Amino acid sequence: MTQTASLSKRNIISMNGLKAEDIKVILDTAVSLKEISTRTIKKVPTLRGRTIINLFFEPSTRTRTSFEIAGKRLSADVINISGTGSSTAKGESLIDTARNLNAMNPDILVVRHNCSGAPALISQFVDCPVINAGDGTHEHPSQSLLDLLTIREHKGSLEGLKVTIVGDIAHSRVARSNILAMQTMGMKVKVVGPPTLIPVEIERLGVEVCYDLGQGINDADVIMILRIQLERQNQGLLSSLREYSNYFCLTEKHLSKAKKDTLIIHPGPVNRGIEIALDVMEGPRSVILDQVTNGVAIRMALFYLLLGESDADTN
Amino acid sequence: MSTTLLNENDIARAISRISHEILERNQGAEDIALIGIRTRGVTLSSRLQDKINAIENTQVETGALDITLYRDDLGAGLQKPELKKTEITFGLEGKHVILCDDVLFTGRTIRAAIDALMDFGRPASVQLAVLVDRGHRELPIRPDYVGKNIPTPKTKRVQVHLKEIDGEDKVIIQEPVK
Repeated sequence: MTQTASLSKRNIISMNGLKAEDIKVILDTAVSLKEISTRTIKKVPTLRGRTIINLFFEPSTRTRTSFEIAGKRLSADVINISGTGSSTAKGESLIDTARNLNAMNPDILVVRHNCSGAPALISQFVDCPVINAGDGTHEHPSQSLLDLLTIREHKGSLEGLKVTIVGDIAHSRVARSNILAMQTMGMKVKVVGPPTLIPVEIERLGVEVCYDLGQGINDADVIMILRIQLERQNQGLLSSLREYSNYFCLTEKHLSKAKKDTLIIHPGPVNRGIEIALDVMEGPRSVILDQVTNGVAIRMALFYLLLGESDADTN
Repeated sequence: MSTTLLNENDIARAISRISHEILERNQGAEDIALIGIRTRGVTLSSRLQDKINAIENTQVETGALDITLYRDDLGAGLQKPELKKTEITFGLEGKHVILCDDVLFTGRTIRAAIDALMDFGRPASVQLAVLVDRGHRELPIRPDYVGKNIPTPKTKRVQVHLKEIDGEDKVIIQEPVK
């Protein structure tokens, strides 16, 4: 009698391979879980006795806190490990760290690492599901899921929407996850940025490329602004931040030519005034903080769907 | 193979009687809140609401509860019950909460529902209204208002069909589908 929901994947490493039905199940589950965060007592007993380990080898405020809160609101025990405070600093290899953590029987491992592929590698050495919380310039699946949830909330549905992603496409794991996920959901993706920050042959992923911001956003239903990753800009790909700003900072002037109901999203953290103007960021079309709220719901949904089962009858 | 236990009229009469019983027991509709357990309990709670509103010429509050997150049988694996929204938009402090469900069986759903309610505040009392009580309790839980007591073999399935969801009103008993 009970309708069931399930995912076709056990690890959430990449949006590649998640089917449209999987994404829909995750978004629908997140919608139901969102209400918990509005209660006075923001906790349900669902994952009581389960252990979630957040293994973060790279700095993070939003994502780590979001995963931690998501686990705690479902009553799981959440342990945070950061790269600097762990045995990695003493020279332990990633695989050894994974094996040791696995020996303590966690139920889920959430991994962020500055090397692409680290979560996938770890998943081969542990018995529990692994969620990629951002690996190098590869992918950041939970971010793209929360972006989709935010867009669906504001636009009603996803199919047929036109999305323009602006900025450092080459180094962006958020862009990569979104390009895959959005196309799975039947959306059209365009990328905009300076040629040095757009990977060659990215068209093969099915996206359109544009080097002019005004032109790139004129028919967009959603504009996703990416952070200029200051820590990855020492390779001479930009002559200066100011020049980047002059050409690619989203301002009210650009928006005046865009669709009236276009939605502006940004995965954070924001470099104010570099990739997005202050008034745009705080303007009515920006839903940046909705994204953060939805992030908790999405991560709760992933934990719920990856942990636990029921064969019970409703009677 | 299935047998009809209650038809449309039986269900309407039961709802009507339960509405009167709720009002009698609580001396009116003041401070009453009806909370339906998803899915069919919600439909029943809104029918009780209509009836009580009509009798007392008032507006009683109703909410919907999804108890999935409070279940005691979420194991390990990938099949999960589909989650639906819990919608309780008012405080439960001091309220006489009438929990509504279609079938009372083991009592485990009600245990989960009571746990969930407590996270929303401290109601003055919690009462239980069910359309069918089929017995076989596994927990010390009893209903306050019952549409019909139907002793059944544990292996059979009792199904409540309601117009809003299933297109017709009836309660049937079925051989288990294996």
